Amino acid sequence: MESVQQVVDKYGGLEAGLISMLQDIQRDKGYLPEDDLSMIASRVRVPLSRLYSLATFYKAFSLVPRGRHCVNVCLGTACHVRGGARLLDKLERDLDIKPGETTGDRRFTLEAVRCVGCCGLAPVVVIDDNFHGKLNQKSLEKVLKSYE
Amino acid sequence: MDLKTYRTHVLVCAGTACVSNESLVIKEAFEQELRKHGLEKEVQIIGTGCNGFCERGPVAVVQPDDVFYQRLSKEDIPFLVEEHFLKGRPVEKLMYFPEADERPIPKMMDIDFFRHQRLVVLRNRGRMDPEKIDEYIGFDGYTALAKALTSMTPEQIIEEIKTAGLRGRGGAGFPTATKWELCRKSTGNIKYLICNADEGDPGAYMDRSILEADPHAILEGMTIGAKAVGAHHGFIYVRDEYPLAVNRIKKAIEQALAYGLLGKNILDTGFDFEVDVVRGGGAFVCGEETALMASIEGKVGRPKSRPPFPVEKGLWGKPTNINNVETWANVPIIIRRGGVWYSTLGTKESKGTKVFSLVGKINNSGLVEVPMGITLREIIYDIGGGIPGGKKFKAVQSGGPSGGCIPENLLDLPVDYEELTRVGAIMGSGGLIVMDEDNCMVDVALYFVAFLSEESCGKCTPCRVGLQRMHEMLTAITEGRGEEGDIERLENLSATIQDGSLCGLGQTAPNPVLTTLKYFKEEYIAHIRDKRCPAGVCKALIQFSIDEEKCTGCGVCIRACPVDAISGEKKQLHRIDENLCTKCGSCHEVCKFEAIVIE
Repeated sequence: MESVQQVVDKYGGLEAGLISMLQDIQRDKGYLPEDDLSMIASRVRVPLSRLYSLATFYKAFSLVPRGRHCVNVCLGTACHVRGGARLLDKLERDLDIKPGETTGDRRFTLEAVRCVGCCGLAPVVVIDDNFHGKLNQKSLEKVLKSYE
Repeated sequence: MDLKTYRTHVLVCAGTACVSNESLVIKEAFEQELRKHGLEKEVQIIGTGCNGFCERGPVAVVQPDDVFYQRLSKEDIPFLVEEHFLKGRPVEKLMYFPEADERPIPKMMDIDFFRHQRLVVLRNRGRMDPEKIDEYIGFDGYTALAKALTSMTPEQIIEEIKTAGLRGRGGAGFPTATKWELCRKSTGNIKYLICNADEGDPGAYMDRSILEADPHAILEGMTIGAKAVGAHHGFIYVRDEYPLAVNRIKKAIEQALAYGLLGKNILDTGFDFEVDVVRGGGAFVCGEETALMASIEGKVGRPKSRPPFPVEKGLWGKPTNINNVETWANVPIIIRRGGVWYSTLGTKESKGTKVFSLVGKINNSGLVEVPMGITLREIIYDIGGGIPGGKKFKAVQSGGPSGGCIPENLLDLPVDYEELTRVGAIMGSGGLIVMDEDNCMVDVALYFVAFLSEESCGKCTPCRVGLQRMHEMLTAITEGRGEEGDIERLENLSATIQDGSLCGLGQTAPNPVLTTLKYFKEEYIAHIRDKRCPAGVCKALIQFSIDEEKCTGCGVCIRACPVDAISGEKKQLHRIDENLCTKCGSCHEVCKFEAIVIE
């Protein structure tokens, strides 16, 4: 894992690289720790509030730690008309969390996302980087079991 | 060229949809089986970009025979290799069977889905490995760049694009040559070029597929555009949700740099052009050009008022020319084959072809490229094969959240920028989502308004607050709390949001509501007056029950019900307790006898 300093340097310490820096940290750590944000702010010489506004504006970022697996239910239009919302309902029910939340055992974080561009396979759930298509409530249950 | 040294090639689709169906495992299985039979020097396996027929994935095409295999699994491969490549007997059971037909259609180009398409932008899809620049060059790649850099002036390039009649494929349809000309004439030493690959419309994935299938075409188009407008630095702003596309375009940039087709002194002509990839942060509004540029600058993506337009003051205040992925991918072939040739395709005002992602309630979902002017009916029925399960067509949604729902009586409408705008929808980036009788149009309107109110950047009050109010009103209607006058209030609010918003997101946000009101008003009235959802979607207005005639008492629904609302002995009629039922639809999904009734 790269240190925050390395990430800042990779983008030349420039303001234009702020989003890329946050993306790299989000990818490595699963969220944006406050200490890391403070460090970026001082290195790039922008106020911390600027990073907070980026982190809360863009969907890719989270300020709280995530679970081991991120379950993204696609709610793009194609998935919506083929029953994506039912899959989300089921996950909310089974995992007992709302989108954006993480289960108590940190196993799953649930997210509702907009189109992942796999509309031919609708409805789709993306877990970590794996696409699972043409799901129904029953087959989704099986898929979930394969993630520990 | 690799393609010439083998007798046969197997083109395995390695687009995102097929990869998620294990096409890479299948590719490996092919290689392993071929080695087993000592055929690895005769038959070559190539992983290609998206073939387009995602519905039938994973797919593979054998060339030069043009045999199309579909829904493959790795268990099929040993048999397939032995039969087809060793014994020369193509395997029928893995071919495409049209619905209700007992005979397969062996050749790809005989299948309706492919037969009616016209490939211009997607010309290289499914026929080459997008990660190999040599294969792109083998299919005339970079010849247009050579022509543009060595024998054309910037004015001549712009003139060629003007003759072609190319219009922006991102949605609005602004003439590309006009934009380039304005940017060329803007004063300033530094100019920028941007490829907008922030494909945000839900239900649209053509830009992703072009990036994955033919990344060099985009680089070639951008470099030609750079010479035309006088830019030396370009950016490709691509969604971070598209990891494969990001990797492919990065790889393509490295290869083009190594071949001297990008970077300093391209093809020894003294022209410099470099390209950087910027990953988006997951905000729909960043597809809007001024928001996108703010995002490249490392800021929050909020649109600015125009003018000044980006061609005058864009990225870091410099003149900037921004076009969408599909627009860039059109450029090389126009330069290579000429604007006159290109202008023979399409209608009077809309030239060329358009790539659509045909999805939703449709038999053949996938990516299709068709000449402008083709009718929606041809796309949905001839190419798409109609609606599955004998259901009735209800509407097709075009243009994403800025677009509208087009009803059946307008299906003979030709696909053309002006025609689609006239009926209240827009061409948009090219998502066509087909809906059948089981889709509720009020629910669809609510879906888009919910999407947009979430994605509104919050700058303009009519968009930020107006969409929230609209969301509340539509929610009330779908929950049976609608009141007389709601329809008029929705129409009024729509006009305010359209008039009072700075950018395209707000200005077009009411379109899904207005088109559903225009073409499906009776559904709104059913919800408001009769407290009824005719399509059986809106939970508060429906009830689940069991059809006594059809129930066999198999018990499947009892096991599927998450709240134990269904009871009944084996082989006896089952019943749903309405007080316990949460209307999740689990029972409806699992019942094989269509005994679950939704009213």
